Amino acid sequence: MAKLLEIKNLSVGFDTSSGMFMAVQGIDLSVEAREVLAIVGESGSGKSVAMLAVMGLLPKSATVTADSMTFDGHDMLKMTSKRRREIIGRDVAMIFQEPMASLNPCFTVGFQLEEVLRVHMKLDKKARRARAIELFKQVGIPTPEERLKSYPHQMSGGQCQRVMIAIAIACNPKLLIADEPTTALDVTIQKQILDLLVGLQAKHGMGLIMITHDMGVVAETADRVIVQYKGTKMEEADVLTLFEAPKSPYTRALLSALPENATGDRLSTVADFMKNEAANAGAAS
Amino acid sequence: MSEIVLEGRNIVREYHVGGSLFGKAKTVQAVKGVNFTVEKGKTLAIVGESGCGKSTLGRILTLIDPQTSGELLIDGKPINIAKDKVTTEMRRKVQIIFQNPYGSLNPRQKIGEVLGEPLLLNTNKTAAERRELAMQMLVKVGLGPEHYNRYPHMFSGGQRQRIAIARALMLSPSLLVLDEPVSALDLSVQAQVLNLLADLQDEFNLTYVFISHDLSVVRYIADDVMVMYYGEVVEYGTRDEVFSNPQHSYTKTLFAATPKSDVESIRARIAKKKAAA
Repeated sequence: MAKLLEIKNLSVGFDTSSGMFMAVQGIDLSVEAREVLAIVGESGSGKSVAMLAVMGLLPKSATVTADSMTFDGHDMLKMTSKRRREIIGRDVAMIFQEPMASLNPCFTVGFQLEEVLRVHMKLDKKARRARAIELFKQVGIPTPEERLKSYPHQMSGGQCQRVMIAIAIACNPKLLIADEPTTALDVTIQKQILDLLVGLQAKHGMGLIMITHDMGVVAETADRVIVQYKGTKMEEADVLTLFEAPKSPYTRALLSALPENATGDRLSTVADFMKNEAANAGAAS
Repeated sequence: MSEIVLEGRNIVREYHVGGSLFGKAKTVQAVKGVNFTVEKGKTLAIVGESGCGKSTLGRILTLIDPQTSGELLIDGKPINIAKDKVTTEMRRKVQIIFQNPYGSLNPRQKIGEVLGEPLLLNTNKTAAERRELAMQMLVKVGLGPEHYNRYPHMFSGGQRQRIAIARALMLSPSLLVLDEPVSALDLSVQAQVLNLLADLQDEFNLTYVFISHDLSVVRYIADDVMVMYYGEVVEYGTRDEVFSNPQHSYTKTLFAATPKSDVESIRARIAKKKAAA
């Protein structure tokens, strides 16, 4: 199958007062159309930064280098920022962790949704309204005509996340990047949102990149998984292989930190696990 | 039977909303007649989705909000903060830890002051004593004395939650209300904080009321489980009873919504997807 997004040897560094800090170090990554790729790691493992680099959303203090970065046949590295802006938001869309924080509190959700349609699709007013209602129906917001007039603070967290998803899929993107889309939500809402995302992905044949720290979310959604730790890739496998026979000790550590995998009274933490691994390696050599 | 630390009898909490020029005032019952008891050294988990009244109940237990009606007994003594003034003695018995460790610490306060403040307000300890106790507490929660003079922004989320736990423990409370203490944290950090809570419970014989929506965490930490739905208790029992034989349809929905990470369910999901494609 054709690769939708292909990145080779991506590195991202931040200029800090104590020298260069490398958040991502030489990561290869590719997504096919109709595929759900999960990127898993703890906070600080550089999983969001890698995706922000693709979107060109990093601050000026960041240096992005890569051997190649192509999206749907376009070279993202050589692209002008104007051209990049045309692609981003239309062909690649992103959903962020905090739905409340990513919507503008001063405008109605309808205005924010229609803004995307105006900028990228150049639709007229009537068509925009019709499309907005259709999108709200698709993401499961009841009484869309009424809800378009709501402000973000009048909606619950789950509803706001649905609005964000509606905005993201407004222009039928080829690739959707979801950065911890359900971390701030309840389990029952989480289930609804995950089902919605995977359903939309299958229906529209999108590629979906799911960034998360929750192995449970990975198990429920992904086809293929990349495990990332301190900016480097630890393991890449399809989801079944990863859960059945994790190769990297770090993946095993992440899996054992799940509360349902607790053995005895204590949960094993990643730190414990790494210590044990180091001790074993020392004993073996 | 061991000593009962906390008891609620038919606790109700109402909020009055609206009542503007055009709208009529409404009364919302956030908590509708809740009964429970918690024994010393045990953990009661309150489970439910957002808006089900579990945090409201938590605020009543910690003497932040008064109950509209019903009786709340802490250490066998009835307390109603709407009628009586809360004494420092009562404040010392119950402490709370909030969900968001970024919001619950004052960014302008050094960690030493954060930990010293409960003692300053509720006890007559001298500055030197307060400092000494704060240093000891930092070590207990897995931080070090070198963190005493730092500000909250210098810490990670997990470390901040440790600070919040340390602050709650400064007055040696008998009851600790934990309002979603790990849901803002990463999985591996979550494991560390849960381990810490378990250790502290053993060490100080603490009683926990653990508010959460995450069933896998509840299964790990709780002795008793209470499931709330729209302000009502729909299920209440020991952990094993609730987990092995859920009665109410809402509890079953919750179980169904919890992500399953065993190999069989992944295999089933992939097979289903292949069939659909």
